[in-house]
Amino acid sequence: MNIFVSVLLFAGVFFFAIGTIGILRFPDFYTRLHAAGKCDTLAAVLVLLAVALFNLQDFTFGNLLVSLKILAIGAFFSITSPTATHSLTKAALVVGVEPWTKEQRQP
Amino acid sequence: MSTVFLAAAIALLLLILLSLVRAVGGPTVLDRIVGVNVIGTKTTIVLLLIGLLYGQVGMFVDIAIAYALLNFIATLGATKFFLRRKSVNLQDELIKEKEVA
Repeated sequence: MNIFVSVLLFAGVFFFAIGTIGILRFPDFYTRLHAAGKCDTLAAVLVLLAVALFNLQDFTFGNLLVSLKILAIGAFFSITSPTATHSLTKAALVVGVEPWTKEQRQP
Repeated sequence: MSTVFLAAAIALLLLILLSLVRAVGGPTVLDRIVGVNVIGTKTTIVLLLIGLLYGQVGMFVDIAIAYALLNFIATLGATKFFLRRKSVNLQDELIKEKEVA
């Protein structure tokens, strides 16, 4: 059980690190948004799953309720993060942020 | 087991510092909003890990829920504001202000 929780936790932190590197390194706004969306949903839900599982180790009714709340945060993230990404993309398109093209590549 | 959670929380804090680079120095305002949004997500997770470390998850879960809600509302509000304002480039505005002055 402990090993399973550790693997989930490590996978979550790993995907968070990848998302952060993507936010720092990608060349324009839309690609950065792509990296941020991955890091918001997948990694957060992985870590939340690990915390909920670890909390259920001594099984009582109160702990079950707390774990359900943690999973509710995960469900909330998986709804709101795509919504935020969508609205940011819409704002960028309306305002006119230019996408990165192949011609702008630095040699 | 608490060592693993402590290591994960410290790693997340370092990643928050890295995201802060994008939030401070992003070329447009929307880049900053993305950085702040990601920092908010990570803070929610770090709050839960702190709760595990102190052995009071039941209390910290509620704080984490409130933080997630606030983060979402703040992102949507800021996006809506800049959608109506139709300008996200701070450099352009500074140049315009100088021309007007």
